[in-house]
Amino acid sequence: MYSRQILSRLTTSTIRSRCFASTLVLAEQIEGGKLAPVTLNTLTAAAQLKQDIDCVIFGTEKTNETANELKKFTNCNIKKILLAENAGFKGLLSESVTPILLDIQKKNNYTHILGGSSTFAKGVLPRLAALLDVQPISDITAVIDKSQYSRFIYAGNAILKLKSNDPVQIITVRGTAFEAAKQGGGSGEAQIEKVNSTPNNDLSEFVSRQVQQSERPELASARIIFSGGRALKSKENFKLLYDLADLFPGQATVGASRAAVDAGYCANDLQIGQTGKIVAPDLYVAIGISGAIQHIAGMKDSKVIVAINKDADSPIFAIADYGLTGDLFKVLPELTEKLKKK
Amino acid sequence: MAIRILVGVKRAIDYAVKIQVKSDKSGVVTEGVKHSMNPFDEIAVEEAIRLKEKKVAQEVIAISCGPPQCQETLRTALALGADRAIHVEVAGKDYETLQPLAISKLIAAVAKKENVDLVLLGKLAIDDDSNQTGQMVAGLLSWPQAVFASKVDIKDKKAEVMREIDGGSETIRVKLPAVITADLRLNQPRFANL
Repeated sequence: MYSRQILSRLTTSTIRSRCFASTLVLAEQIEGGKLAPVTLNTLTAAAQLKQDIDCVIFGTEKTNETANELKKFTNCNIKKILLAENAGFKGLLSESVTPILLDIQKKNNYTHILGGSSTFAKGVLPRLAALLDVQPISDITAVIDKSQYSRFIYAGNAILKLKSNDPVQIITVRGTAFEAAKQGGGSGEAQIEKVNSTPNNDLSEFVSRQVQQSERPELASARIIFSGGRALKSKENFKLLYDLADLFPGQATVGASRAAVDAGYCANDLQIGQTGKIVAPDLYVAIGISGAIQHIAGMKDSKVIVAINKDADSPIFAIADYGLTGDLFKVLPELTEKLKKK
Repeated sequence: MAIRILVGVKRAIDYAVKIQVKSDKSGVVTEGVKHSMNPFDEIAVEEAIRLKEKKVAQEVIAISCGPPQCQETLRTALALGADRAIHVEVAGKDYETLQPLAISKLIAAVAKKENVDLVLLGKLAIDDDSNQTGQMVAGLLSWPQAVFASKVDIKDKKAEVMREIDGGSETIRVKLPAVITADLRLNQPRFANL
């Protein structure tokens, strides 16, 4: 009896390793060991593949806390959460992470590896793909089936539908194209497993990080964005936007066009566009922004777009749901006053 | 010891052109459409030339993979100050299906053959928006990578690179030979079209 049970279990596991399709999601931490918002969008994309999902978390600390948060997404079919926690992952350098990810892939033979379109995943996943001799797929906007995806090309002016023939498909997911996964709604508990590999990287070292600390939400997850262009004319004038954003604490933040950033009116990481951040808030207010193709590429998925510009012929008005032709220096203070009264 | 740099330059549809999808949806119209050097590659070339001017680099080699028209792009790189230009010919149907993985293998092979200390690429090409080639070249060569660079300092066979990341910037140090990809604010190219 006993030997028969072993035999049947062995048979099952052999079949599993030969043709069992499964997905690995590169989950990410943010400050304090919390789960990064983009991981929730990535989980939704992964779930659309309709396969078992394992997650892996790399970090120097608190990966267990992050895993506990992940466990709450019971409807995503997460079977295992791998924790790669080691002081050697400081800075999450690609040279430290990729070899360990490669080992994990060799042991588990995932058919799909997904990460959010973050600087971390964008650094690691293509590097991993090269080592596996497969063509990575960047910033998908839709999962059509287990080997077909959509993505933007030419700054979002064309949609490419592609089919991958690779045995393992390595994919980054455009966060704003997928709803964030919701907690609960399923059953079963993900198992947590420690990855006992020590990073061995003598090629690169982490020096320092300068991240804007702010009480305002991140651009990628803010519900409302007030975005300024070159017409703001100065760094000091950007205060007009911050004043507006602060009327919606915890919900609104400030963004900018490349022109405003290049002119030195605000920091680089406020830039929204093809080569900056991609955002899709509930409300995007474009202030003094003309609407160059490259800017629109970064915000066209916004649910409602409002444009305020002195020039009625600005291209931004073509994509705005609501437009106001007027001088922003008159409009903004008036708008702020009216909102304060509410 | 002054280093030798390989800079990748891609010929892509000019950033100001309004692209059109072909009526049979098989691709984007490229015939008769203005092409230029990918803007991020202009920034990479500029950085390489500046390193030469600072006498950190002794030679800058430009490389492009594609049809004969790529030679225009390579000539631009030479005019900007590159010492040599290598054209890896990929024509016709092959070029239509040429993807970053194959391009990375080509660049990696040339980097090895030319024994360079640094491969400089634009962070992405504005046509396919892939943002993969630099990372893949580094992976294939087992070299460190510093992608989305906004500042590069080379000293003692190492590159200290400030890079743009979500929410701010970070500084890393990589041993040479390495791959660096240029982000928007790395420099302001001379004679730029933008």
